[in-house]
This record gives sequence, structure tokens and C-alpha cells, in this order.
Amino acid sequence: MADLFLAYQSLFAFVGINALLALSVYATLCCGQLSLANAGFMALGAYTGALITLRAPSVPFLFVLAAAALVPALVAVPLGLPVLRLRGVFLAIATVGFGEVVRLFFVNWQFTNGAMGLVAIPQRTQLWTIALALAVALFALGRLHGSRTGYALEAIREDETAARTMGIYTTGHKLAMLAAGAALAGLAGGLEAHFTFMVAPNGYGFGRVVEMLVQAVVGGTAAFYGPAVGAAFLTVLPEALREAGARLGLAPGPFRLLLNGAILLAVILYLPNGLVSLPATFRRRARRPA
Amino acid sequence: MGQQVLNGIFLGSIYALFAVGYTLVFGVLDILNLAHQAVFMLAAFVALALVADAHLPLWVALPAAVLAGGLIGIVLERIAFRPLRGRSDSNISGLISSLAMATVFEAIALEIFGPDTSRFPQGTFPDRVVRLGGATASLLQLCIVGISVLLMALLTLLLGRTRLGRQIRAVAESPRAARILGVNVDRAIAFAFFLSSALGGAAGVLFGLAFNSISPDVGRGVELKGLAVIILGGMGSVPGAVMAGFALGLVEVFTVARLGSSFRDVVSFAVLFLVLIARPRGLFGRAAAREA
Amino acid sequence: MTLSVSGLSRTFGGVRAVDEATFSVADGEVHGLIGPNGAGKTTLLNLVSGLLRPTAGKIELDGRRIDGLPPNRVAALGVARTYQNIRLFGGLSAADNVVVGQHLRRRAPFWPRLLFLPSALREERAAQKAAEAGLERVGMRERALTRAHELSYGEQRRVEIARALASQPRLVLLDEPTAGMNPNEAFAVARLVREVAKEGRAVLLIEHNVRLVMELCDRITVLNFGKVIARGTPQEIGKDPAVIAAYLGEGG
Repeated sequence: MADLFLAYQSLFAFVGINALLALSVYATLCCGQLSLANAGFMALGAYTGALITLRAPSVPFLFVLAAAALVPALVAVPLGLPVLRLRGVFLAIATVGFGEVVRLFFVNWQFTNGAMGLVAIPQRTQLWTIALALAVALFALGRLHGSRTGYALEAIREDETAARTMGIYTTGHKLAMLAAGAALAGLAGGLEAHFTFMVAPNGYGFGRVVEMLVQAVVGGTAAFYGPAVGAAFLTVLPEALREAGARLGLAPGPFRLLLNGAILLAVILYLPNGLVSLPATFRRRARRPA
Repeated sequence: MGQQVLNGIFLGSIYALFAVGYTLVFGVLDILNLAHQAVFMLAAFVALALVADAHLPLWVALPAAVLAGGLIGIVLERIAFRPLRGRSDSNISGLISSLAMATVFEAIALEIFGPDTSRFPQGTFPDRVVRLGGATASLLQLCIVGISVLLMALLTLLLGRTRLGRQIRAVAESPRAARILGVNVDRAIAFAFFLSSALGGAAGVLFGLAFNSISPDVGRGVELKGLAVIILGGMGSVPGAVMAGFALGLVEVFTVARLGSSFRDVVSFAVLFLVLIARPRGLFGRAAAREA
Repeated sequence: MTLSVSGLSRTFGGVRAVDEATFSVADGEVHGLIGPNGAGKTTLLNLVSGLLRPTAGKIELDGRRIDGLPPNRVAALGVARTYQNIRLFGGLSAADNVVVGQHLRRRAPFWPRLLFLPSALREERAAQKAAEAGLERVGMRERALTRAHELSYGEQRRVEIARALASQPRLVLLDEPTAGMNPNEAFAVARLVREVAKEGRAVLLIEHNVRLVMELCDRITVLNFGKVIARGTPQEIGKDPAVIAAYLGEGG
């Protein structure tokens, strides 16, 4: 049993990190904003954490992680002010642009070895660190539901104009959630950097944020725990498929990719509210007359 | 300087050709088609296979690959976009659905052609150089520019002068109104996808010839540049995409010449950002980009 | 609270949707805003609630200028509204819609929630109870948990009114609150509007049901092509030749 745990420890760690990332995307989705900046925020957090640890190794890990969360959150504010005025796909594209600018910045910054990135980061992240961070994030998001702010966010998501005429300061709320998402992504970046020993710009590109979005949506964005479920599912799935594929003798790369794409397509077409809506769907089907 | 202008026009023509299809679909469906870059990639591979394995000449392989691109586009629309029509979250779900298809397309390419970079065999295109004033251009480059411009002109004519083109524009304006006026919306959308993907595929083949490098992930870099182009040109505007494509090509070439190659990609995103902050609808965009 | 609109204009392109409109609504008054379709009534409401900026003129609440303020600031000053096309939060329940309406009235810091302090739980329960009471007032208590988009047209309008009243507004803007309702429902809404005004609130009411307007309103402003063509009591308006001309052939 302990062996099984050790073998899959790394998998659990990535489930946790990906869950935090998926939740970071949810932070803005829950008020109706599609922000794809979080790979950039993650990079900022990862590099901040890595730089502090490498340059000032005596700083306690807690403070390193706090910095990893804080720096992106601070950057989110001046980013959000002009960008949150944009609607729908324009906001998405602007935030993709931001993410790419951050990545390119690190690719070209010699202080952090450009495209090679930083290596030999001591492994300060334990499985329990990730679990704790995830638990705190889920708890906070869960308590948001039913609160005055939570209601305001749902209102903004449904109809931003109507929300404004009810006295809701929509810009402030959207900005706050952008910063919250940035903090989560930065925290995840810091945790991952101290788990995989390295940070490199190409781990924080468009593909990464797309992964986060997909995990959030597949899990379901109607409930605060949906993205975490999606992250768990889509992190474990390729590993499970790899086992299955190996036994079937199929070339791992293309087959996994194909199945990922097919599953994603199936979920988005047939289960639009994500995996967390499965129980409700079953209940509805069960109630229908045969 | 003249050389750089030439290089900029050459690069820009490919960007423009890619972006035109991208923006066409957005104009019609209000959805960003993230599989466009995968069609770009697949068409390049189709052309490669026809030339390298079937030993067909390029002037047969190119149209065939373009046609293949268009057909893939129709399949794409049918599988990934049509079922989502009418859903309230169709922007995000369309994005993800197209992403899923892009992944599938990439997997297919990986399986058939492997992960490494492939090249067109030697002699696919005559290796000739032309002198224009003080600058030189390869015959290939001139042909690429010529073909791009020709295709974009054809598209503009099609959209402007034919019945189907008018129907596409009507659907882009308002699907409901178009339907009331008797337009077969499904067919118009399918045709728009055919055109979009055919041109995207053409861009892919030309790109593959221009840089002599085709791999399953070749579309990713172009995809993001394409975003900058359609934002600059204005979402949904074909002439905007054309002008913005050339503009970005020129800006990129000049930036590399003055500031070095590490700034090459940054300039696209700087442009993207500035446009979105200062004038979100770009040069010719119609869509209201800001909240009411 | 007194609403005072003077010389208010709003142009779209070349079209004057609202043209030098001047009128006022006092505390406790039910003020009707009528006119043919496209007369500029909803545009006027959008100007007052801050969704649009005027191109000329001013809007004052108790003497304080509010034109140019963003909608959430206008709402914070005590203005609430409903919409002609109904803008409920479709995915939320009727009760939740009303809770959102309470936004300006709730003072609920987040930290007690994180610690599950009794004060936080009490506050949440109070909000729910107040929402139910609000729904009771419009006769929608039994449907409190139904998703808003599953409600009938008339039910949605009633929930929207409850939502508007939830912030204890001093000025209520109602945009065709009885559209699509049967006479009984409409009568109940009219009675509610009377009560609301008796509580001291000012009510500005757009309505196409001219008979209802005549019976319910203390004063009426008539718009046509963005201009005020008549102002006064229902009796005066009913006899005004300009008003009759404007409505001739309109089905009123």
C-alpha cells in the first residue's frame, strides 16, 4: 500500500497542482470572464518563488509561496483595468497576448537563463503542502457561494448590465477575481517549481493555459469544486490510458492525444455542464419513463 | 530597405492568407476556431504526401491540398460547431470544441507522419532567384505572394459578387434575419467553413514550401500571430485581415532588422495589446468589443 | 426622493431619441411615462439609471446631479429599476434573484464566513428570509426556488419587481411591468405600485396599458419622438389634443 502511494505520489502532486490551476481559471469564469492569462501568472509565481529560494535560501517556504502568489496578483491589477472592459472573446485574446508577452519576457531575460530557465531548485514542496493549498482554495471558494460577493459574482456572470443597476461594482469584483485567479496560478507555479526542480518559459505557454481551461470546463464550472474534479480526471486519464495503451501495444503519443481530443469533444458536446453534472443527468434519465 | 520590404510582403502574404480564413469564421459564427491552425498543418502534410509519396507535381498537389483543407473544414463544422449552435455558452464551448478537434487532427498527423520535421523533396520547386531593383527574391517567394493575393482576391470576389457569398455575409450580419429571408443558414455556414479552411490550408502549403519545414505542431506559432492579425484588422473583416497581415509581416521584418530576432514575436503581441486597449475593433471591425 | 429631469437630450447618430425632456417625480408620487412605440421612454429610463450618458441636459436626485454617473453609483443613491425585456438572472432561482437585489443593503464581511461565525450564518439566513418576504409581496413565495428562466412571463415580471424593491429604493423605475399580464395580475401589480408609493418612494412607470396608467398615476408625462408633448394629471392628459393625435391609430 505504501509502495502504491509512493509510486503515485508524483501523480497526486500534479493532480493537486492542476486542480489549483483549474480553479484559478474558474476564479474569473465564475463571474463570466474568460481570462486566459493564467499561464503568464503561473510563470510569474514560479519564477518569483524559484528566484527567492535560489538567491535567499533561508527564507521560509511559506513566505516564498506567499510571494509567488502575491506578485502575479499585483500584476493582475494594472492588467485588468484596461482589459476587463473588453467583452468575451476580446478579453480572452488580450489575456492570451499577456501570457505570451510574459513567456517571451522570460525567454529573453538573461538573468534567468532565458529559454533554459532555472534548475536545481530544491524540492521544498511536499504532497501535504499541495493538499493544504488546495484545501484552503476550495474552502475559500466554497464559502464564497452564498455570500454577498458570491451572489454578486453570479449576477455579473448572468447579466452584467443588470447587476450594475443593482449597485454592484462590477469592475471591482472582476478585478478582484482576476487577482485571486492570478494568486492561485502563481501559488501553483511556486509549488510546481519546487517540486519539479526547474522552471522554464516553455512550460508556461498558450498550451498550458488551454489545459487549465479544458480541465475547468470538463469538470464543470457551475460548482466551485468542478474544476478540481476536471483536473483530477484529466491528469489521471493520460496515465491510465498509457497503461492501457501499453498493454494494447499502441504507440503512446498519438493514441493518447487522440483519446484526449475525443474525450474532450464528447464532454463538450454531450455533457456541457461538465462532469459534476453527471449525477443530475443520471437522475433525470432515471426519472424518464422507459 | 527594399529587401526588407520584399521580405515583409512575402511573410505578410502568408499571415494574411491564414488570417483571412480565421476572421471569416469569426465573422459568421462569432467563434474563434482554434482548429484553423490544425487544418493549416494537415493541408501542408497532404501536399507533402502527394509530392513526396505519390510523386505528383506541385501544381497538382497544391490545389488538391487546398481542396482537402476545405473538405476538412466542412467535416470540422459538422462535428464540432453545428451541434453547439444555439447554446448560450457557444463562444467558450466552440473554442474548446475546436480545440478538441485540433488535438485529434494533430494526433492523426503524428500517427501518420511522426513528430519530426518533414521537408519537401529537393526539386519540388525550381530554385531560381529574381532581381528587383537592389533586392533579390526567390521565384518561390514571388509565387507565394502571387498565389496568396490571387486566392484572397478570389475570396473577396466570391463574398462580394456571388449569391452564396451574399448569403454568408447575411448570416454574418444576423443569422436570424438571414433565416427569415430564406437563406439556408446551415449551407451558408458550411460553405464559409469550406472557404476558410481551404485558404487556411493554402496558407499551410505555402508556409511549408516557404520555410521548408512541416511538423504536427507547426500551426501553433502561426495561430497566435494570426490572432494579432485578425484583431488588428478587425474581427470578421476580410479586407482588414488582408491589410493587417501584410502590415504585421512588414512590422515583424523591420523589427528584427532593427532590434534583433528576439523581439520578433513580442512585436505581434505588443500590437495586439495596443489595439485592444486603444481601439478594440481594429481597423475595420464591426463587432462591439467593449461592454455596453 | 425627488427626481428632476431638465432639458435632457440623447442623440444616437443623427437621431434624437430624447429631445429636451423636462419633468419631475416627487416622493410618494406615481408618475406615468407614456407615448407611442419608439417615443424614447426606455431611453429616458436608461439615462436616469446611468446606462446611458445624456448628450445634453441634466438629471437630479434631491438636487444632486446624477447624469454621467455609472449605473452602480446611481443605484447606490437609491434608484432601482426593472427592464422592458426582463433582465432576470435566468440561471438563479427567484429567491436568489431577490437576494442579489439586496446587494446594497447587505453588510456582510467575508472573514466571519470563513470562520463559520454565528453572525455570518445569521446574516445569510436573514437575507434568505427577506427575499422570501419580498417574493411574498408579489405573490411568488411558492416559486421561490424555481429557476428564473423556468417562470412564466408574468411571474418573471413580478420577481423582477421584487428584486427591484429589495434594495429599499427611494426611486423605482418600472419599464412596462404589466406587459403580457392578464387583467388580474396587472391589477395586483397596480395595487403594489400604489403601496410602494405610499411608503414614500417615487415611482416612474412606463406603461402601454393606458387605462391602467390613467387610474394609477398621479401625474403623467407623454413623449413622442423624444419630445415631451404633454404633462399633467390623467384628466388633463386625457383631454389633450396633442396626446389624442399622437395615439390616433396607435391602439393605445
